[in-house]
Amino acid sequence: MEKNHNVSRRQFLTYALLGTGGFMAAGLIMPMVRFGVDPILQADAEEDMIDVVSVDELTDVPQAFDMEYEQDHGWHVEQVQETVWIYLDGDEVVALSPVCTHLGCTVNWGTDPDNPEQFFCPCHFGRFERDGTNIPGTPPTEPLHRYDHEVRDGRVLLGNPSPQV
Amino acid sequence: MLQRIYDWIDDRIDVTPLWRDVADHEVPEHVNPGYHFSAFVYCFGGLTFFTVVIQILSGMFLTMYYVPDIVNAHASVEYLQTDVAFGMIVRGMHHWGASVVIVMVFLHTLRVFFTGSYKKPREINWVVGVLLFFIILGLGFTGYLLPWDMKAYFATQVGLEIAESVPVVGDMISNLLAGGEFIGAQTLTRFFAIHVFFLPGALLGLIAIHFIMIRRQGISGPL
Repeated sequence: MEKNHNVSRRQFLTYALLGTGGFMAAGLIMPMVRFGVDPILQADAEEDMIDVVSVDELTDVPQAFDMEYEQDHGWHVEQVQETVWIYLDGDEVVALSPVCTHLGCTVNWGTDPDNPEQFFCPCHFGRFERDGTNIPGTPPTEPLHRYDHEVRDGRVLLGNPSPQV
Repeated sequence: MLQRIYDWIDDRIDVTPLWRDVADHEVPEHVNPGYHFSAFVYCFGGLTFFTVVIQILSGMFLTMYYVPDIVNAHASVEYLQTDVAFGMIVRGMHHWGASVVIVMVFLHTLRVFFTGSYKKPREINWVVGVLLFFIILGLGFTGYLLPWDMKAYFATQVGLEIAESVPVVGDMISNLLAGGEFIGAQTLTRFFAIHVFFLPGALLGLIAIHFIMIRRQGISGPL
């Protein structure tokens, strides 16, 4: 009769022990793991448009403006200041991120004496056109990121920077 | 697949005897609750170890959010407890587990005492056990301050007053523990360091010695 069983008593006990043990261990570990990975599962913060500057102040030459906002660090709220290069392309507002697309240094407008009409990155001499297009032959491989923007009552409001490509 | 990975490793470094030594170790009849239900009193040592493991795991996860700083400590505890998923459970495990460890250690000590297991040749293990007991009390004391609330502050105040009552060196002990004349930023960082590095390190070392000695000497005989 014993021989008809596909699962031996020893095997059954092994499965039963592993099963219950595994269930109990999972009950202990699961809350801790979920607790630890919470940052990647939290909903993204809603994009707030931030009032930066009046349209009147803009010209067709890029100027640096400060964009101030509050960043939620969980138990601490940080006042963050970001620099944005903004200019007028005809009537259209263009807001570019100063973060070089090569390795993340900060670009400036017109600081390279040889190319006064370009953005220049001092780290590896990356250069960009006024509209953010990277200049071939310099290290950056994609254009400067562009901020989502909105003009409301003559004020420029900016959202998040996103790639231009 | 798993079997083949295991065989590959075993082939090279011969791991089977390591776990076989633990798995095939026979539990004497008089400590097996399956034979005599009253033998459950022999489980308290293992239960202490089990709760200690839970304390270490939950504590590791808590430090992902906790900051030992007088400005942020309480806010970080509040954040991890209310805003992080399962925060209440993980902190709850650590909070209640702390009490469970002390209860289990106490019951384990009673069993060892009443079965006379501390007698020759196991005196050294009793001494190590007493040291472990003090380390666990130290963990309870230092951990109590970390949430940085009123209860934490005044409990530590009382603890330091008790330390001060030691003749001659009392003030010195209190200042050394608190990192100064009063309970403040230095006390919090100090207690945090003691709670998460110094005492757990000592605890693990002594637990290892405790276990090695138990395997060496075997469990004490029946009454």
